[in-house]
Amino acid sequence: MQNSEPPVRRRIRVTGVVQGVGFRPFVYKLALTHELTGWVLNDPEGVLIEVTGRAGALRRFGAELTTGAPPQARVDEVLVTELPGLDPQADGFTIRESTHEGRRVTVVPPDAHVCADCLAELRDPADRRYRYPFINCTNCGPRYSIVRQLPYDRAQTTMAAFTMCGPCGREYRDPLDRRYHAQPNACPACGPRLLLADPDGGRWDGEDALAGAARALAAGRIVAVKSVGGFHLAVDARNPEAVARLRARKRRDSKPFAVLARDLATVAGFADFDPAEAELLESSARPIVLVRKRAGGLPETVAPRNPNLGVMLPSAPQHHLLVDREDLDALVMTSGNVSGYPIAYRNEDALAQLFGIADLILFNDREIETRVDDSLVRYSAHPELDRPVVSFLRRARGYAPYPVEVGVELAPLVAYGAELKTTVALAGGTRVYLSQHIGDLKNDETFESHRETARHLAALHELTPRHAAVDLHPQFRATRFALAEQGGAFGRVLQVQHHHAHMASCMAENRLTGRTLGVVFDGAGYGVDGTTWGGEFLLGTYREVRRAAHLRPVPLLGGDRAVKEPVRTGFALALDALDGDTAAVVAAFPVLELLDEQQRHVFGAMARRGINAPLASSMGRLFDGVAALLGVTTHAEYEAQGPIELEGLLGRDLAMSAPAERYRFGCEDTAEVPEIDPRPVVRAVAADLAAGVDTATVARRFHSAVVDMVVDRCRAIAAAEGGTRQVVLSGGVFLNEFLLVNCLVELGRAGFDAYCHRQVPTNDGGIALGQVMVADAMLADPRTEGPGR
Amino acid sequence: MGHGGGGALSAELVQHIFAPAFGGEVLAQLGDAATVSLGGARLAFSTDSFVVRPLFFPGGSIGDLAVNGTVNDLAMSGARAAYLSCGFILEEGVEMAVLARVAEALGAAARTAGVEVATGDTKVVEAGHGDGIYINTAGIGLIPAGVDLRPQRVVPGDVVIVSGPIGVHGVAIMSVREGLEFGTGIESDCAALGGLVDTMLAVTPDLHVLRDPTRGGLAAALNEIAAASGTGVVLQERSIPVPPAVANACAILGLDPMYVANEGKLVAFVPREHAEAVLAAMRSHPLGAEACVIGEAVSEHPGMVVARTGLGGTRVVDLPIGEQLPRIC
Ligand SMILES: [Fe+3]
Ligand SMILES: [Mg+2]
Ligand SMILES: [Zn+2]
Ligand SMILES: [Zn+2]
Repeated sequence: MQNSEPPVRRRIRVTGVVQGVGFRPFVYKLALTHELTGWVLNDPEGVLIEVTGRAGALRRFGAELTTGAPPQARVDEVLVTELPGLDPQADGFTIRESTHEGRRVTVVPPDAHVCADCLAELRDPADRRYRYPFINCTNCGPRYSIVRQLPYDRAQTTMAAFTMCGPCGREYRDPLDRRYHAQPNACPACGPRLLLADPDGGRWDGEDALAGAARALAAGRIVAVKSVGGFHLAVDARNPEAVARLRARKRRDSKPFAVLARDLATVAGFADFDPAEAELLESSARPIVLVRKRAGGLPETVAPRNPNLGVMLPSAPQHHLLVDREDLDALVMTSGNVSGYPIAYRNEDALAQLFGIADLILFNDREIETRVDDSLVRYSAHPELDRPVVSFLRRARGYAPYPVEVGVELAPLVAYGAELKTTVALAGGTRVYLSQHIGDLKNDETFESHRETARHLAALHELTPRHAAVDLHPQFRATRFALAEQGGAFGRVLQVQHHHAHMASCMAENRLTGRTLGVVFDGAGYGVDGTTWGGEFLLGTYREVRRAAHLRPVPLLGGDRAVKEPVRTGFALALDALDGDTAAVVAAFPVLELLDEQQRHVFGAMARRGINAPLASSMGRLFDGVAALLGVTTHAEYEAQGPIELEGLLGRDLAMSAPAERYRFGCEDTAEVPEIDPRPVVRAVAADLAAGVDTATVARRFHSAVVDMVVDRCRAIAAAEGGTRQVVLSGGVFLNEFLLVNCLVELGRAGFDAYCHRQVPTNDGGIALGQVMVADAMLADPRTEGPGR
Repeated sequence: MGHGGGGALSAELVQHIFAPAFGGEVLAQLGDAATVSLGGARLAFSTDSFVVRPLFFPGGSIGDLAVNGTVNDLAMSGARAAYLSCGFILEEGVEMAVLARVAEALGAAARTAGVEVATGDTKVVEAGHGDGIYINTAGIGLIPAGVDLRPQRVVPGDVVIVSGPIGVHGVAIMSVREGLEFGTGIESDCAALGGLVDTMLAVTPDLHVLRDPTRGGLAAALNEIAAASGTGVVLQERSIPVPPAVANACAILGLDPMYVANEGKLVAFVPREHAEAVLAAMRSHPLGAEACVIGEAVSEHPGMVVARTGLGGTRVVDLPIGEQLPRIC
């Protein structure tokens, strides 16, 4: 400090994702560059820095803290405090030991893709980590999936089992090294190794394991591959016989498979994508991105009857090694589970379960602490949208457990989601920590991991939820579990109506308050009147809503069986629209001929007399029914297959039908709650089929009719209710891109402020966030029954 | 009110309304039949009311049900029914010929079951206040020495045996009541199980628990046992016998056969060492000819019933709560 200007001393607090991402060495280097003295340390609140130097240098240092932060960091806030006088001990700059006291609000980083530096070393024959499948550094590698506890230190991860060798230890301790405090740091001499097993007890390791797996894949065999967050089942995506074999062994005929491709150039060979989609594909989260399939690229059986292809780029070093081969550049990667089980992530489970499907299992001796599935996203743009929409179809690896900032202080709550596609959410301060996708709770193993995830997330963030939020559905497992714990583990258990939670979830991530109109379309949710809802216009706040309109209910013939066999709902819709005459119904919709005499007779009786035929005002079921009546999907192998294949007919072309061609919903406006009537639409579909109109055109007219109905209904409600302009779109049906984008556009044109989901899934994967918001509002309201908070 | 479904709601009524109001140690056992001591003898004592529609159905009538229901409740305590009481509640205007047929059926069923109708009562209610004929029966029988059938005796390792194909009675009733054409081949399995139970006890008095899976079906019976015993139950879904006609009807109706009522079947938890002999004895009896092992009691997931599916997955077999509500979003 040769300058005469007196040095200044400052304390800087940085919060966000700033641990386990190379932030301290970054600060260290930045301080050396600007010739500052002082120290940096990790504490439970984030990173704390004290620096002394000239004012100008301090200013530049402060600015670069945000602009130059390492790739995996997410800086939420930089708080600067001026300190009096000079630190007498200030001499150079040091990285101090972590302190563990105070409130723990640091965020666990999500798992990240291998960075460019590590990738270069992986491919450099001279590097000591040449072709080492577990290479990583502070800028990349596994995080959430291996963390057992915070603070994020090696001893608190599954890497604790590996003792670093000399060279690795030196890297780890050198603040100027890229691997300074890289907790999963490893090399071939000291770290995890790759293993390959065949069903007869054969075992290989290291390069032999990799080569064996790759050769088998190239030869068309099925290999279970342990990835970052769990096992995949892989086959060569270019080999139709191999894909067929995987479909046969997984007993999956229709569900689209995702594809892992070597690089963007490979993807360009079988799919079209925009620069924005390329950016998503190459982002460090490495999600599966739904891109437009190109004809003649991969076998049609990879994603049958679907204009999209779910594609991801390698997310772990070993994925690169598998597809960096002359004979292999694209793999089908589907979830590594036996039907009914969650994805295997423990070696012993995979070895016990997956040999029924896989010929070989490629795994390793680094344990996965938390199962994290692949994330699935879709990018949608429209000239009239001010910004494109990135929709999460599944939010997991690369994104979880990053919190949603809701901007209001929340009560200590845990929310358990719904029943399928569940996630859990924990409120902490103004944040909601949303878990990765967990799955269907009817499965026992999944229910276990659901509760375990709630415990783990709470422990990681040192949260102690006092109360629980659950769905209103009395038969949901999480609801029953929480109610049984009421008064013990949980002070109060607040049951939140399903569609209110959907609506609140969308409000929360958009930080909306006040009176809002929620357009909530999904498959089914338990309504406050005990019937099944799912085509709802709700008006209200976080605290309470009322139904402002809903779809006319149809009977679900056989309850949930109707969901697996959309032809039942098609039949019920047609009976309703054509006045209950079975013969007329079959004449109008020839596809119904596939029902035999007995089925027609019994289904008719079930519909008329309400035998195991609960009524549901569900938009998802309306899409099901129309898909069935068009002969597109009469029996569903996977969830929402009917709506997905019906939308598939549109080929991702978002153009609405000409106004004169669109079908029109009716509406019973005199009812206490207006009832939207799909019968005119069903009759119009029948007329178009009779006139020989092709199914793709019918599908477009139907989709356009739903958009029109949404806009008309919002207008009518706003007029009757004195001008609510704030509309949120939520529920699983809004995974439909045509519906989502056109509703946003048309509502905008009609003068509404329309919002949708961008951070959490619009389906039940986002329910837990909404449950937190509604339960918090209930707790704050003295009218809510029960003991005080 | 959906409290007749035989599931969680009726259990709730008993627990929260009747048991506290009546008090008493015997009722607190909450079994299908009570075990009481009288003059040094151990007796099983039970009552049941019958409100089935229609009064006559393929394979039986309300008269058969009124006898067999109570006889079977006693049999599940190991007791051979000795005496029955029989109360009729008649709706004004019920045809005498119909009543006579019901009475005849009831008498015949009693003779078949080897039980004597020892006392009775008749009340008539105004037209519109009943469904033609309601019957209440109560029964009493001796429990043989050394027999102690209670869910609390179930231990992990016990073998779960069902006496024959399930779901027939419920589907037969629904089929005629709703005018559904499921064709022939579905007749109620309504039968008295005293003889079959005697055959089993002759092998060993050391059976752990018996249950007749009536309302709520096999699922309700197994859940009750799991909850009361504190063990878990694992079923092999593929070994549960469901006749093809029942499976077909259930598939069309969207029902799970495990939740459909039976009237002439029992489910037994048998110590592993006796399982084979008990199964053989059951198969030698006409009412147990198709008996088979469907699962076992386990120490994992206490209180819960889980089915292993054909594909190697597991699903929880819940206690039915009234109507099954849609839950797929
Ligand atoms: Fe939903
Ligand atoms: Mg009974
Ligand atoms: Zn790296
Ligand atoms: Zn090393």
